[in-house]
Amino acid sequence: MQTRFSFGGDEHIFAEVGEAMSLEAFFKSLFITNAVRDARIKGVTEICPANASYQVKFDPDQIKPDDLLTELKRLDSASEKSEPVIKTRIIEIPVLYNDPWTHETLMRFRERHQDPNGTDLEYAARINGLDSVEAFIKAHSSAPWFVSMVGFVAGLPFLYQMVERKRQLQAPKYLRPRTDTPKLTVGHGGCFSCIYSVRGAGGYQMFGITPMPIYDPNQNISYLRDFMCLFKPGDIVKWKPIDRAAYDAAVADVDAGRFAPVIRDVLFSLTEFNRDVDAYNAKLDGVLHGR
Amino acid sequence: MAVKVLKPGLATTVQDLGRPGYYHIGIPLSGAMDRHALVAANLLVGNEAGAAVLEAVFMGPELEFTADATVAITGAELPPKLDGEPRETWTSFRVKRGQILSFDFLKQGARGYIAVAGGIDVPVVLGSRSTYALGALGGFKGRKLEAGDELPIGSAAATGKDGRSVARDLRGQPAGMPTELRAMPGLYWHRITEAAGDGFFSDTWKVAPEADRIGYRFKGGKPLEFVPREPPFGAGSDPSNITDACYPYGSIQVPGGTEPIVLHRDAVSGGGYFMVGTVIAADMDLIGQLQPNTPVKFVKVDMNQALAARKSRSELLGKLHNALA
Repeated sequence: MQTRFSFGGDEHIFAEVGEAMSLEAFFKSLFITNAVRDARIKGVTEICPANASYQVKFDPDQIKPDDLLTELKRLDSASEKSEPVIKTRIIEIPVLYNDPWTHETLMRFRERHQDPNGTDLEYAARINGLDSVEAFIKAHSSAPWFVSMVGFVAGLPFLYQMVERKRQLQAPKYLRPRTDTPKLTVGHGGCFSCIYSVRGAGGYQMFGITPMPIYDPNQNISYLRDFMCLFKPGDIVKWKPIDRAAYDAAVADVDAGRFAPVIRDVLFSLTEFNRDVDAYNAKLDGVLHGR
Repeated sequence: MAVKVLKPGLATTVQDLGRPGYYHIGIPLSGAMDRHALVAANLLVGNEAGAAVLEAVFMGPELEFTADATVAITGAELPPKLDGEPRETWTSFRVKRGQILSFDFLKQGARGYIAVAGGIDVPVVLGSRSTYALGALGGFKGRKLEAGDELPIGSAAATGKDGRSVARDLRGQPAGMPTELRAMPGLYWHRITEAAGDGFFSDTWKVAPEADRIGYRFKGGKPLEFVPREPPFGAGSDPSNITDACYPYGSIQVPGGTEPIVLHRDAVSGGGYFMVGTVIAADMDLIGQLQPNTPVKFVKVDMNQALAARKSRSELLGKLHNALA
């Protein structure tokens, strides 16, 4: 993988590690952005890893653009020798698939969708060759997902499914973006799932909703008191399908300040993962559930 | 002391010089769209350069003062009135307790900056008082002002001098028609044909109605023709799609190849549209003062020209500081 560098005006360097999404490109972008952070380069003001690329914002009054570019290229070649292992977290996210709120919203914007006569889940099941919505939900929730980028808006995670490419779920975005998406909608566009951290515009297919807030600017939510955004790039997410009763109970728990998300520390090795994906994911599931 | 909001205007928000350091989790810089005008307003009333002020877009608010104060309005030509009597923009003046500051119709520009000696004293969130409305973060309760809000004002260490003004050549406002925005081609520039690239810089564009703190949309130029490709995995099938990536401030994305969008202070931090380049930092303030329908030309520059423009913008700021020291 040859990284392509480009200046984004006089204050940014943009680096495309891979044109296509892959775990290898994501790992490289994560590794280099960590290295840039550790290097504490004078004049660097923002370090942003993304799915298969990254961006560094800098103050050209403090560091010459060409000097920073040279430094990034040096870190880029050093990364080739690194072991693709990260210390990270696995987080369980409960999801009420096929919920009434995203259903109401997707019906309201039906004329902007590829399939005006079905729902987003029915459409996604069909184009992924699955014979029912239930089969689609199983495919979506059985393997874990990597948080490969946080952004678009505050705290929103982009998630990349941890299975071989041929098994990855894909779905196009809406033909025209919606002007509304319920807060905490679980969405999907291209090969990425996401969780909408705030209510607002969106173009991803809508599959369900989580009762678990992931962004709280007021920091009232018990597990967001240390920081207002839950996710960091490199986190691993496992969806847990729940029913309406469990959803309502979780919402009540969140409101009462007693909701405790299931979060475990884990060491992830890309090499071992690639050796046997299903076995490795089963091991991750074991870590999540303390087995 | 406090300022009571009688009428909020269209979208009036508290802003300072922004909140760097959180773009990697989708929290943008925010802060004044016209930073030069914010600094001018603050220096006029004796504040620190980066104190929090009100940014009013297209239409001014109506404000009542609960104590004597010194204020200044800079940026757009949004003519202030004190108890109905006209006052000058770019000039500090005194307001007495109980007086009402209102505004006449916008004459030029887009965003007015209202500084009060002492600064707007809302809580500092992640290092800044700026409002990021999309994330309900910072500013006054994370949102634009509403009638009935009461804005706390910091104690004015400097009492604030009235009758001081900023000379026209130190205001840094857009000049000339069409407005020229200098941009460095790059990022995904290779996705369009050479002819499309030439057309982008030679066409005259107009500011579209969809122009806000997140980004400014432009229309009226020729659609961009793409270099054919096999869509990379994860990018999406449209030729303007990329594997979702970070968006630089000032980056120019062109969804579907038709209407360019320049991201501004409340930028979405990333997404799946290709970008043809980036407006240079020196010209970002100008965008904040463009009204819908304003004709604009993008002017191609390289890094050396961008750095020279940056230097001259910074010298202008230096002169402003000297003039109001």
